[in-house]
Amino acid sequence: MEKRVVFSGRWVPVLLLAPQVTITLVFFIWPASQALYQSVLLEDAFGLSRKFVWLDNFRILFADPLYLDSFGRTAFFSSVTAALSLGLALVLAVMADRVIKGTALYRTFLIWPYAVAPAVAGVLWFFMFNPSIGTLTYLLRFLGYQWNHYLNGTDAMALIILAASWKQVSYNFLFFLAGLQAIPRSLVEAAAIDGAGPFKRFRTIIFPLLSPTTFFLLVVNIVYAFFDTFGIVHAITSGGPAQATTILVYKVYSDGFIGLDLGGSAAQSVILMAVVIALTVFQFRYIERKVAY
Amino acid sequence: MIERRPWLNVLSHFVLCAGVLVTALPIWITFVASTHPADSLMSGRAPLWPGAHLFENYATVLDSGLRAAGSVPVGMMMWNSLIMALMIAVGKIVISIIAAFGIVYFRFPLRRTCFWLIFVTLMLPVEVRILPTFGVVASLEMLNSYWGLSVPLIASATATFLFRQFFLTVPEELAEAARIDGAGPLKFLFDILLPLSRTNIAALFVILFIFGWNQYLWPLLVTTDESFYTIVVGIQRMLAVDDAEPAWHLIMATTMLAMLPPVLVVICMQRLFIKGLIEQEK
Repeated sequence: MEKRVVFSGRWVPVLLLAPQVTITLVFFIWPASQALYQSVLLEDAFGLSRKFVWLDNFRILFADPLYLDSFGRTAFFSSVTAALSLGLALVLAVMADRVIKGTALYRTFLIWPYAVAPAVAGVLWFFMFNPSIGTLTYLLRFLGYQWNHYLNGTDAMALIILAASWKQVSYNFLFFLAGLQAIPRSLVEAAAIDGAGPFKRFRTIIFPLLSPTTFFLLVVNIVYAFFDTFGIVHAITSGGPAQATTILVYKVYSDGFIGLDLGGSAAQSVILMAVVIALTVFQFRYIERKVAY
Repeated sequence: MIERRPWLNVLSHFVLCAGVLVTALPIWITFVASTHPADSLMSGRAPLWPGAHLFENYATVLDSGLRAAGSVPVGMMMWNSLIMALMIAVGKIVISIIAAFGIVYFRFPLRRTCFWLIFVTLMLPVEVRILPTFGVVASLEMLNSYWGLSVPLIASATATFLFRQFFLTVPEELAEAARIDGAGPLKFLFDILLPLSRTNIAALFVILFIFGWNQYLWPLLVTTDESFYTIVVGIQRMLAVDDAEPAWHLIMATTMLAMLPPVLVVICMQRLFIKGLIEQEK
């Protein structure tokens, strides 16, 4: 779509676009190309010497069991987080759409975790599961489980999944609720008249009609779990114990800023960029074709 | 509501109440912990009912922070967060509006190129290019400054897109009429387009304020001088004390303070928030 009526002027549009284009070039395009360039260099930590090594950095990465582990861990973490937060949000949204009274009230009380920073969400759950004084740790001990995410990698992973999902449920809930409210009542009513019960209606009408929303949220949630959860990991587990919670984005940071392996970190950045670009393209390709109905 | 099913209604309310409780549980425990003196959080388990040290703890953190962790007053960190959030929100909105205006209402060479250039930034979150971006900011000597905190996060394709989509829906007749009446592009922008976009701007502002306030990785890297710490990063620095159990009562008070502004924004401006969120992602 284009405007028919436009203003004339040669320098005005240049001035209008200058700030955004400048910032994009300086802080996006240039660093991204730097990352590409560095990913094919071998450099010592002080920047004294550098050597062109083609794709060696990538080869080293994919031969590194730690990196492959981190890939698998990230895949596990993001799929469990996405499944958990989408599932809970869908149940809550369907219930909130059903009740006659109080939808707005429930919504108010369910959406505010969106405003909590991931790192802060991490701290909240960290405190509840604190091995010495945490309330839930106490409860678990009472049930016979010794929770200690300082030592136990599985506990640490469970902790970051809980914190990440808790924060994301509110976002998914809002979108599911908006999607549910956009479904024409007449369809559901017609099915009810034909004798379909609530569960059958959900399975055969509501859920398929909701699939564009679900698909969109799936991509958003995976991106969230890949990138926005850095704060949670950094604040509460620092990737530990024994790398058990080192997800990819945390590894880029720790290899680059703590390990000072510039080439390796840049190569990881490039791989992550490829992941984001693939997800974005995937979303743009398929979101238009109204998924399954 | 299609047919009467009392049991299903009860179940719905039950599930929703359970959801609300689980959502609120971490906050309740945090709030309770922030009202107790230090020694009741040393051992055993955290209390479940508020104590008597509410004002004392909050006054301590706001005023002097956590000396043991070498940290600055929380009041100051909140001020830094506020400046950063406002700079990001206002900056993004301003440069996106003028860029979208330029793209929609003008024809010039390289227009498509500019559009694509902006579009690519959608795919490059700061997390994937931290090292080189840090290098750029360091060589521009913007470390430990409000500019360094906010400017690299200001360029955003989403906001530009939102305004572009909105400008495209503005009737052609308005621009035509403005031109016939002899209004230049800037007069048209300020007197017609901006008043029309008022709710969009407000909705976007709510989202961007939260986005800015909650930044974590970037402030963590650019601020080494503690007088520029933002509150979200400050909490992590308090937790990371060596060889000691963290001072939970003060950390929890700080956590409450870190959540308060964005949560208030979401609850008080719920309508704008939902509009902003759902439109931004279209």
